[in-house]
Amino acid sequence: MNVRIDPERCQGHGRCYDLAPALFGEDEEGYGQVAGDGAVPPGRLDDARRAAANCPERAIALEV
Amino acid sequence: MSVDDRFTKENLQPRPDAPLGTRNEIVTGPVSDWADDFSHLEPEWAADPYRIQDDLRERCPIAHTGRFGGGWLPTRYEDVAAVAYDTEAFSSRSIIMGNFRPPREAAPIGGSPPISSDPPFHHDARRLLLPAFTKRAVSRREEATRAYCHALIDAFEGRREVDAAGEYAQHIPVRVIADMLGFPLEDGPRFRAFIENSLEGVNRPPEQRRAGMELLFDYLIAQVRDHVERPRDDLTTYLIEAELHGQKLTPQHVAGTMALLLIAGVDTTWSAIGASLWHLATNPADRERLVAEPGLLPTAMEEFLRAYAPVTMARLVKHDMQWRGVPMKQEDWVLLSFPAANRDPAQFERAGEVLIDREVNRHVAFGLGIHRCVGSHLARMELRVALEVWLERLPRFTLADPDAVTWSAGQVRGPRALPLLLS
Repeated sequence: MNVRIDPERCQGHGRCYDLAPALFGEDEEGYGQVAGDGAVPPGRLDDARRAAANCPERAIALEV
Repeated sequence: MSVDDRFTKENLQPRPDAPLGTRNEIVTGPVSDWADDFSHLEPEWAADPYRIQDDLRERCPIAHTGRFGGGWLPTRYEDVAAVAYDTEAFSSRSIIMGNFRPPREAAPIGGSPPISSDPPFHHDARRLLLPAFTKRAVSRREEATRAYCHALIDAFEGRREVDAAGEYAQHIPVRVIADMLGFPLEDGPRFRAFIENSLEGVNRPPEQRRAGMELLFDYLIAQVRDHVERPRDDLTTYLIEAELHGQKLTPQHVAGTMALLLIAGVDTTWSAIGASLWHLATNPADRERLVAEPGLLPTAMEEFLRAYAPVTMARLVKHDMQWRGVPMKQEDWVLLSFPAANRDPAQFERAGEVLIDREVNRHVAFGLGIHRCVGSHLARMELRVALEVWLERLPRFTLADPDAVTWSAGQVRGPRALPLLLS
């Protein structure tokens, strides 16, 4: 699985890097950034789903 | 280097030929029908806005009022989201629904950028503030905030009853923002009067409103001048030095943004802390569970933000239009109720219940779209630390007298008196 952030939708709420700091970080203005290439390690699938499900802007896509 | 002479009284006065804005007749008193005469400033709304908005969502779902010169209240999540995202049809020129509309020429900057700004100006004005309010930036204030919360509780020593709103929740954001802006910490109590006038005094006579605003701006200008003379590492000096499109900010922009930071960060966070403590005082099972499982607090906190979202915004309709079945007129208000959106059963399972372990919580307490609350990371830090310290130090508490709890009216809702019995 891969995670992706749509930069057009992200407004920097930061739910993703709050809930899944191994998968997401913040840039210098607080917008979400995918860590590395966005590949989700097998042990982090639930974190990825939780981050996507809690994004108020629906900016996170999970790609299988 | 030339002297920075932007901040004279003369420069900050509106020019004599400036457009004036419009006032409407002030209508107060009991609401006849919430679907066609709503008012967020009446005591019935302050006591329980959720019952009113739940009812409207079922039978309306976009309520109307002739008060405030005309306005609308969408109550469904999808309608609130649509307004928040549509900055073409809805302007942020004024975001406090009242009896005064600033002149149309005030757009796209507005009186307190960036919250009062529309695109395209909004984007760059907002970028000036974002770096100071990232999660990383605000985390540097956590230790001092925690120490301050402990000090507030230390002062309760020997007392059985305390006002958690007035003696705890209120002080925390006042202290944090005074520190960030570089204002004298002992001025905290004065901020309260400024804030009350801006947010709760909406139906007061215009002269009284203007006098209150003048006190606020006189205070801010005195602080700015002090910082011009003695620059410091704080937000005030940052705004004085900041540049937009190659030029220093106008004095109105600097003062307006400072007013925003002072007002927007205090009532709101105070309300969120107070409402959370009210919930825990009235729901002992949730309180006991959080004391036993402190790791659940970040999740519980999001649920408090959903269920008791303190902030409602407002917009002004830019052009006559039929919008989702209602005839909106140019200059009508739209009350943008994030609390109503957060309790829409079409969006949230068991929307009317507070579930402190709710895992999926796409609430909109901090808004949606380009105006997402700039201070949301700061507010979350303050709320988490305030609740952690309280639960650690004072794990057992109940309401001292349910009838003594009072809630603010208007667009920021939270307890203003919250007497708790400590045991």
